[in-house]
Amino acid sequence: MNGEADTTRWGASTPVTVDLRLSVNRDEYPITVDTRETLLDTLRERLDLTGAKKGCDHGQCGACTVLVDGRRVKSCLTLTVTLDDREITTVEGLADGDTPHPLQTAFVDHDAFQCGYCTPGQLCSAVGMLAEAAAGWPSVVTPDMNGAPRLDDDEIRERMSGNLCRCGAYVNIVAAIGEVAR
Amino acid sequence: MTTTTPSSVGSGLDRVEGLDKVTGRARYAFEYSPRDLAYAVPVQAVVARGEIHAVDVDAVLKCPGVIAAIWYGNAPRLASDDGGELAVLQSPRVAYRGQYIGVVVAETLHDAREAAGLVRVEYAAERHDVELRADHPGLYRPEVVNPDFPADVEQGDPDAALAAAPIVVDAVYSTPAEHNNPMEPHATVAAWDGDGLTLHDSNQGASAVRDTVAALFGMPPANVRVISPHVGGGFGSKGLPHPHVVLAALAAKQVGRPVKLAVTRQQMFAVTGYRTPTIQRVRLGADAGGRLTAIVHEAFEQSSTVKEFAEQTTVPTRMMYAAPARRTTHRLVRLDVPTPSWMRAPGETPGMFALESAMDELAIACGLDPVELRIRNEPETDPESGLPFSSRNLVACLREGARRFGWAGRDPAPGVRRRGRLLVGTGVAASTYPVYRRPSQAGARAEPDGRFTVRIAAADIGTGARTVLTQIAADALRAPVDRVRVEIGDSALPTASLAGGSMGTASWGTAVVRACEALLEELDRRGGDLPVGGVEAGADTTEEIRGQRRFARHAFGAQFAEVGVDVDTGETRVLRLLGVFAAGRIVNPKTARSQLVGGMTMGVSMALLEESVMDREFGDYLNHDLAQYHVAACADVRDIEALWVEEDDPHLNPMGSKGIGEIGIVGTAAAIANAVHHATGVRIRDLPIRLDKLVR
Ligand code: FES
Ligand code: FES
Repeated sequence: MNGEADTTRWGASTPVTVDLRLSVNRDEYPITVDTRETLLDTLRERLDLTGAKKGCDHGQCGACTVLVDGRRVKSCLTLTVTLDDREITTVEGLADGDTPHPLQTAFVDHDAFQCGYCTPGQLCSAVGMLAEAAAGWPSVVTPDMNGAPRLDDDEIRERMSGNLCRCGAYVNIVAAIGEVAR
Repeated sequence: MTTTTPSSVGSGLDRVEGLDKVTGRARYAFEYSPRDLAYAVPVQAVVARGEIHAVDVDAVLKCPGVIAAIWYGNAPRLASDDGGELAVLQSPRVAYRGQYIGVVVAETLHDAREAAGLVRVEYAAERHDVELRADHPGLYRPEVVNPDFPADVEQGDPDAALAAAPIVVDAVYSTPAEHNNPMEPHATVAAWDGDGLTLHDSNQGASAVRDTVAALFGMPPANVRVISPHVGGGFGSKGLPHPHVVLAALAAKQVGRPVKLAVTRQQMFAVTGYRTPTIQRVRLGADAGGRLTAIVHEAFEQSSTVKEFAEQTTVPTRMMYAAPARRTTHRLVRLDVPTPSWMRAPGETPGMFALESAMDELAIACGLDPVELRIRNEPETDPESGLPFSSRNLVACLREGARRFGWAGRDPAPGVRRRGRLLVGTGVAASTYPVYRRPSQAGARAEPDGRFTVRIAAADIGTGARTVLTQIAADALRAPVDRVRVEIGDSALPTASLAGGSMGTASWGTAVVRACEALLEELDRRGGDLPVGGVEAGADTTEEIRGQRRFARHAFGAQFAEVGVDVDTGETRVLRLLGVFAAGRIVNPKTARSQLVGGMTMGVSMALLEESVMDREFGDYLNHDLAQYHVAACADVRDIEALWVEEDDPHLNPMGSKGIGEIGIVGTAAAIANAVHHATGVRIRDLPIRLDKLVR
């Protein structure tokens, strides 16, 4: 609560809405969104796609990570109104029909989660991270900026550090991703 | 129908809800959206102490989408109001900054958030006092410390023993306020249907939330249903209902519609509990051979003005080591601060940081290896009560840990090992956690298709409870796990104790075993004749637990850390961390290892990063988000391993298990601080181990 609210703002907050077409996990959703609405809130409160999680709503935890055109983004920091005609993938869209994504299988095998709340973000982040590495993007721990980065444990830890896990499943997350990456 | 099946307990079964969690199908509290719902956004106090004179409700109601703005002046009265933490909107008094003093309900989350940010509140602010000091004039001795231990215990004459001791360690340690920060923020969806209330809520025990909320609203517990199938972590902070649960129910009642309320990450630092900061003085007296002659451990800690929460910080010191003279005390001061609560291994975690750091200092003072020092002070029976230990394998953990870690031949000299830019050192500390068990009920049902359903209002907050209860039930039913379905996380199921105090598996497992046994007997009696509707049996363990023999029941562990401290920046990295635990029979080695490693990971975080900073001027925890309150990230965690020694303890429960949810965090910070001393020669007695404390 803000004690110094500017009183001239009373009534000035009439919502502004925009019509757009969202593409999520290859489904099309024609939708009218409030321009203040984040992708995270649109997914969770409007489309009943609750896989993406809200851990902080401020871009500080990674629980809300989804893929936009194949790149990982924090959906709590992304306004839905900017996503007309972009391809959004959430954790619900990672599996191929009934066949889980290899990362999903590896996470179960390695017990790479406990409460599971950070898990959708970890998974989407890992998918995006593997694509970044495959495209040759270096990280701060990459020894050779020119060659393709080798995803050893240090690289995985570094590249996955935007996704907090309070249950402390990091050791198993790194093992699970490593198995898929190598 | 049942054939002999290999024992499921002891196997590393994958989490039974694993696929639900990796596909996003598992739903957490806020992800339930009843029809016709509205959104509630709380309003927080911006003074740390004072009284609310007025709230401009009319102005708020003009904001788009707003349905109601509720505060003390127009809130429904609760049936029971003890003036405590849960007496939400029942008084104009403000007890701490960030306290919930109102709530705005609107059609959308955005409307509610926007309007809540514009609420104008008139306060009469008063001078506040938010600083814990060991010489605070308001310090007092609480009646008991959590849950029901005496505040002070004295044996022998510790002052005389200290005066006579040839070797004395006398040091003050401190731990900061720390916030649990489960990844899923607390959330409640409240829906009234006549006199009935349904809550989708994130908690560590649906039965307890039901009972608390029913009492507050003056209803029989049967009128309240709490549904919590998946919970995104708790670490103690969801063990007791916090004000938001009451606020959601009040708001839903007022507007006559279902209401969703999520505590924001920032709000969590004020309204969902935290570990009290502690100041601890430890004095150890020993003979030349390192045998303790006196232990004095005094703790100073805080609570709020609305609730006495007395952390049991020095309680583990009462049973940890042998000594003829001992004093352990607690002093509390009630400040204008948010109410502290449980955080993973409350009491043991801060208390053992101090005791195990002091033991390291004593080892150095005696010229003894710290592993050997601990072995020399092993008690034969519980030093406080004289009771036998049901099992105590601390020495085995120390020896096995030392062997695996490569401890032998360690040069004790501090500050002499350089590896590149790093000063390297190793440290050890002991861990312990008590073994509790509480009464619970359970039901077991043989279904007509040959499957079994087991029902209990247990909670799986990431512990693997659903999985281990499935294994326990399968063995008790002599059935394969894939024929057993365990239903938990709903207060409509048989009443169960909390997921807390590391007692979930012991408490619920006992009830599940007894219910399954009763079912098999019933099936026997029927001679295999199963009616179309199936057969059900139940159990209640109240009598069994009341009648259990008295023992000192505790789990133990030994933690070994290797750290590297950057010689220029003072940045500390934990290079290796090994925990060896003695915790009875391990029900599921896969989930158990995750629990123990998870606790140790939180211990790394506590040792190096976690610190809630009190803003004296405004009475607020200043760094109240995850950008400023640092918890360990992936790159902070390298080589962490948890192992256990075989422990066969017949005095525990049908599974022979001890709790493992908390012990992992207990000795970690001391092991790391001791390793930092070994690496650098600098003794850090106040957590966390920040760079500025190492760069001189
Ligand atoms: S919810 Fe988006 S980063 Fe935390
Ligand atoms: S699994 Fe609980 S936060 Fe990562």
